[in-house]
Amino acid sequence: MLYRTVAPGEMMSDDAAVEQLRAQVDALYRAESRHVLATLIRLLKDFDLAEEALHEAFTAAVQQWPQDGIPANPRAWLVSTGRFKAIDVMRRRVRFDASLTEVAEHLYHATSDPAEYDDEHLEDDRLRLIYTCCHPALSPEAQVAMTLREVCGLTTEEIARAFLISPPTVAQRIVRAKAKIREARIPYQVPSPSELPERLDAVLRVVYLVFNEGYSASSGTSLTRADLSSEAIRLGRLLLELLQEPEVMGLLALMLLHESRRTARTSATGELVLLDQQDRSLWNCDLIEHGVTLVEQALSSRRFGPYTIQAAIAAVHAESPTASETDWAQIVALYGLLIQADPSPVIELNRAVAVAMRDGPLAGLELIDAILARGELRNYYLAHSARADFCRRLGRTEEAHASYQRALNLTQQEPERRFLERRLDELK
Amino acid sequence: MQYMLMCCIDEYAWDTLPDPQKDTIMREYGALIQDLVKSGQFRGGGQLHPTAAATTLRMSRGKLVFTDGPFAETKEQLGGYHLIECHDLDEAMAIAARIPTLSAGGAIEVRPVAVPDCGPR
Repeated sequence: MLYRTVAPGEMMSDDAAVEQLRAQVDALYRAESRHVLATLIRLLKDFDLAEEALHEAFTAAVQQWPQDGIPANPRAWLVSTGRFKAIDVMRRRVRFDASLTEVAEHLYHATSDPAEYDDEHLEDDRLRLIYTCCHPALSPEAQVAMTLREVCGLTTEEIARAFLISPPTVAQRIVRAKAKIREARIPYQVPSPSELPERLDAVLRVVYLVFNEGYSASSGTSLTRADLSSEAIRLGRLLLELLQEPEVMGLLALMLLHESRRTARTSATGELVLLDQQDRSLWNCDLIEHGVTLVEQALSSRRFGPYTIQAAIAAVHAESPTASETDWAQIVALYGLLIQADPSPVIELNRAVAVAMRDGPLAGLELIDAILARGELRNYYLAHSARADFCRRLGRTEEAHASYQRALNLTQQEPERRFLERRLDELK
Repeated sequence: MQYMLMCCIDEYAWDTLPDPQKDTIMREYGALIQDLVKSGQFRGGGQLHPTAAATTLRMSRGKLVFTDGPFAETKEQLGGYHLIECHDLDEAMAIAARIPTLSAGGAIEVRPVAVPDCGPR
C-alpha cells in the first residue's frame, strides 16, 4: 500500500491519511523532541515542566494536525504550543500551591517574541542543554545520567541497563540533579569564553566515558555494549554540528576509529583479539575514512589537544594494511606529543608499548619498570600484562609468568581473564 | 539570590604556613572583599577565630550540654564565611574561585541561602 507524504498545509480526509500523519509525527518526535525540549527548558526555566509541556505539545499535534495539516514550521509550533500548555500545567499546580500563582501569571504575560523561535536561537538551546547537563557542580554520574536522559532521550531503564545499575538508582540521580540545578540555580547558558575550554572538556569527558562504557564493559562477560557507543557517537556528531572545535572533531574521530574495529576486536566465541592479530578486512572502511578526514581537519587547526592526538594514533593503525607495516616511529612521536598535552602514567605505558615495537622489547621493559618503580600503575592490569609480554619476547619466562599472574589478579573482565590465562598456558 | 561561601582549612596547616605567604594571602583576601563591596555583591561575613575559641551546644535528655570546641571534629575546619548576592551558581563559583586560601589547600563550600517565601521544595 502506497502512502503519499502529507505536505504542510494539506488537509486530512481519511483513516489511511491519519495513520500516515501519526507516522510523520512519530518521525518528527524522534528527530525533534530533544531540540524542542532544550528550548522549552530555556523558556519555562524548569526541566520537569518542560518535559510535561513537550508531552502535551506532541499530544496536541496528534489531535490537531489531522484537521489543520502539518504546520510549515513544526518545531516552532511545538515550542509555542508547549509554552501555552505549560501555563495550563502551572494553573493545575497552583490549585495545590498558591506560591506558584505568580510564576504562572508571568508565563502567561511573557511576550511571545518570534525571535525566540528562530533557528539560530534554537541551535543555542541544544548547547545550553548539553553544558547544563555536564555542569561541574553535578557529580560525574549525574552528568552522564542527565546527558543520556535529556540530550539523548534514553529512558531510565535504558540508562540503567547500559551501566548495569538499577533503574531507581538512575531515577534518583536524575531527580537529585534536577533539584540541584533548581535550588543552587545552575544557569541554563553557554559558558563565557573564559570558562569555555574547561566546560567543553567536561562535556567531551562525559561523551568519551559513555563511549568507553559501551566499548569495553568494566566488568562482566561481554566486552562491548554497542548501543552506548553508538549513542556517544551520535552525541559527538551533534556536538560537531553545534561547535566546530578541533577537539570535538578529534573526539568524534577517535570514537569512529575505535568503532571501526568493533567486529574484529572479539572472536566469534567472544575472545579478545589484539590489534596485531585482528582481521583487518573486518575493519569498517567508511568509519575509517570519516575518522581520518576529521583527524586531518583537526590537526590542521593547530589548536588541537589530547583527543585529536589519540585519534591521530588510531588513524596510523587504521591506515596500515597489515600489522607489520605499522609506522611505529610516527606513533612514538605522536605519543610524545600526547604526553606533553596530557602527562599521565597510562599514556607513558602506551608509549612504552610503541617504543618496544620500534626499538625492541628491552627498551619497552626499561620504560615500564621505571613507571612501576615510581609507584605508579601498580594496580593497573595492563601495565603488568604489557610487562609480561616484553619479558616473554625476551625469553624471561619466569618473570613473564609472574607478571601475567599479577595482571590476572587485577582484572574482573571475563574476555581479558581468558586472554591472560591463555598466555600463561602458552608459557608452559 | 544569596549564597554562603564557607571557607574551610586545616588549622594546623594554616598556622604552619610561612608568615610572608600568610601575609600575601590576607592582603589578597582584603582586596577581594573590597571588590565585592564595590560591586554591591557583599552581604556580610568575615574571618572566624580558630576552633579553640568555639563552644558547641546540644540538647541531651532535655538538658543543654556544652562542649569546648567545634560541632564536628574534622580535619578541615570553618575559618571564615561570606554572604554574597549573585544571579546564579556560576557567578558564585567564580567569586569562590578567587578566595586566596585555596592556594594554601583550603576548601570553599558554596551553598544557596533558602528564601523564606518559596523555600526549598
